[in-house]
Amino acid sequence: MTESVMTSTQTEKRNPWNAIAIALLFVAIYFGLIVTVADQYMNADLSFGLPLAVRTLTAVLGGLLGAVIFLLGDRLEGSTSTITLLLVVAVVFLIIGTYFGLYVAPPEQFMGEVQRIMYVHVPTAWNALLAMTFAFACAIFFLFNGDWKWDALMEGSIEVGVVLAFLLCCQGAIWAKPTWGVWWDWDPRLTTTAVLLFAFLGILALRKFVDDPVRRGVWSSVATIIAYVDVPIVYFSVRWWNSLHQLQSNPNTVSKPFWIPLRANAFGILLLMTAFILLRARVASLRLKNELAPPPALLESELGEVV
Amino acid sequence: MSNVANNTSASDAMRRKTRRFMIAAFAVAALAFIVIAAGGINKNLVYYWTPTDLHANGDKAYGAAIRLGGMVAPGSIKNQRGVSGLEFDVKDATGVVHVKSNGVPPQMFRENIGVVVEGTMTRAGYFQCNRLMVSHNNQYRAPKAGHPMNKQELEKLMKSTEGLSDK
Repeated sequence: MTESVMTSTQTEKRNPWNAIAIALLFVAIYFGLIVTVADQYMNADLSFGLPLAVRTLTAVLGGLLGAVIFLLGDRLEGSTSTITLLLVVAVVFLIIGTYFGLYVAPPEQFMGEVQRIMYVHVPTAWNALLAMTFAFACAIFFLFNGDWKWDALMEGSIEVGVVLAFLLCCQGAIWAKPTWGVWWDWDPRLTTTAVLLFAFLGILALRKFVDDPVRRGVWSSVATIIAYVDVPIVYFSVRWWNSLHQLQSNPNTVSKPFWIPLRANAFGILLLMTAFILLRARVASLRLKNELAPPPALLESELGEVV
Repeated sequence: MSNVANNTSASDAMRRKTRRFMIAAFAVAALAFIVIAAGGINKNLVYYWTPTDLHANGDKAYGAAIRLGGMVAPGSIKNQRGVSGLEFDVKDATGVVHVKSNGVPPQMFRENIGVVVEGTMTRAGYFQCNRLMVSHNNQYRAPKAGHPMNKQELEKLMKSTEGLSDK
């Protein structure tokens, strides 16, 4: 018994993609967070002389690619140790982000303490749009080569994306009431975000209603590609139209002490999202295996009786 | 054997079909995006009028439900009818509109901040506001030394008798 367990763990080869993803995420966290913490609280320059724009871009691309490689590299079966690791690291980052966000960072000069909700609101927005983007990519891949892996990953990323988009709207409302004076208004940014939430919620409903996996996969992929049009519109809404919602912030418009909680939470939610998508895609993958399995053949004796 | 061959050809046919679906979905998505981004919807979809827009629309502004957006002109805020009555000017680069509002404004309300007010233009020449919303920009700043929000200074002041002894 123990022998067979041993061999099964030995035959399960380590996924080489995970090492690449971890390396990319480390580079991203180094330039996004560690350099800033060292600069802010230890008076040390760890930037290797790289300018801010390059460091920011490295952090964004490294985090994005790292997460995507985790998602693409997973076989959706076997050991879940990588997912557990992602969850543990995500929680550590969220604890760091919460501590810096609530206790270390000073209040904003006009908004005061309520501005701290930005440290969850902005990372939630980034990751919600990222989850939708990943679902869009999965939809294209599924229609292109028909691999059921993409269908499972699409189901996971839409579901996680919808949860994040819902949280985004709630956090936004909580921030809006004390600053803008209203919980909600039909401003272009808020309206397009609500459209995004309900469009993808609709795709989840569509998936529930269709029993045939082929039709479900094709229809929901087509719907995902079309619904995805709203993602760039959400992003550009504050630039195209005059709105109540402010423009996107960038490192130059945000004081340095605010960067650390913002970025720690961004990495935390990114890793949490990646782990949740993988876990959810594994559930979808198991269900698909069941649905796609050929019906059990009738035994010859049973067949005789029927005839 | 023939079964396997049939299966592969069937899946190839399905793949060709799903690829056609992909192209069709892309076409619809791209078209929708182009229409929204470049098709003049920017001009048709207006969240608020600036004071200049409001003046340019002349008579249309009277009695219609409109949103007016702009900056609170410095020195224009008046609390004439007690705390719940508020008057101020909303301005943009080329226009000013006088606004009367009832109710307590959000805490962020101050001079030189963006506001969006819902209501209507009256013949008396002022904008009657039913709903006042404050908009802020994308600047998030830690309070500098000497700023009333500076935590350390505030805590020090609260613990000391400084400021009380003057009176």
